[in-house]
Amino acid sequence: MEDKTLNINDKLIIAGHSFNSRLLIGTGKYNNFKETRSAIDASESEIVTVAIRRINLGQSSDEPSLLDFLPPNEFTYLPNTAGCYTSEEAIRTLRLARELLDGHNLVKLEVLGDPDTLYPNVIETINAAKILIADGFDVMVYTSDDPIIAKQLEDIGCCAIMPLASLIGSGMGILNPWNLEIIIENANVPVIVDAGVGTASDAAIAMELGCDGVLMNTAIALATDPVLMASAMKKAIESGREAFLAGRMAKKPYSASPSSPIDDLIR
Amino acid sequence: MKIYINGSINEFKGKKITARELVMQLNLDGKRFAIEKNGEIIPKNNLDEIYFNNGDNIEIIGAVGGG
Repeated sequence: MEDKTLNINDKLIIAGHSFNSRLLIGTGKYNNFKETRSAIDASESEIVTVAIRRINLGQSSDEPSLLDFLPPNEFTYLPNTAGCYTSEEAIRTLRLARELLDGHNLVKLEVLGDPDTLYPNVIETINAAKILIADGFDVMVYTSDDPIIAKQLEDIGCCAIMPLASLIGSGMGILNPWNLEIIIENANVPVIVDAGVGTASDAAIAMELGCDGVLMNTAIALATDPVLMASAMKKAIESGREAFLAGRMAKKPYSASPSSPIDDLIR
Repeated sequence: MKIYINGSINEFKGKKITARELVMQLNLDGKRFAIEKNGEIIPKNNLDEIYFNNGDNIEIIGAVGGG
């Protein structure tokens, strides 16, 4: 009998790279690098995002770094452009990241428009994406949940579309499943919810909608027990994916349907 | 001479210094980093060929935790 549970054939393919896990994890906001590593191990994630910043030159040379705990040969690094508000800043950051990571060209582009909401500036994002793609980058792009912008980002060559579910770090969950469904329906590249997930059910809902993956950071890092939450998120992603593949029953508003036989009742 | 490194002024003896010498002086040898000189990225294998002079603006970056 064919095994239809999550099997080895159900891979997440991004720009030709194949992944078993559909959970992508950010590495910020943890208490320490050991906790970061433990949470990522519990999540079984293969893709981890990192930020690019000035090296602390006061740091003693034997002090551990994030890369000591997450060796680049064990994970697929996704350098991001968090904190960039113009296409120029984002492009400069990712070119430095490519040099830092020995030519690695799979990146997460995000260009922010407002420091309070961290809402993306989609015009700057599109401008940056065009230049980065022409420069040989595989661009996974953080964007709003506007289906037209999502399609434009795909059309210019982005390898994954990553709409927000709600504001970065807000933990407000999936606020507009309808827009996400339109984006998923129209997309020919992976759609990965990026930002806003607060707890496991949010991740499951994203996957049930048909998302190809979920990227999260704060929901795990700021949980009381980040390692346990990472494990919960792994299961939520898997169960949501299975539910999507299984195909849910049709909703039947206002009409009950008994699960037990209606005939041969004992009178 | 004075070189700006990550926004701070640093003083060095002499009129120029190679990127490699700077990396050694900053105890960054063996670490993972990338360097920019006046907005231009310096490839890892060019550290011996690139000189920094008075007034140059150097950025040295690495990967940190982030979402």
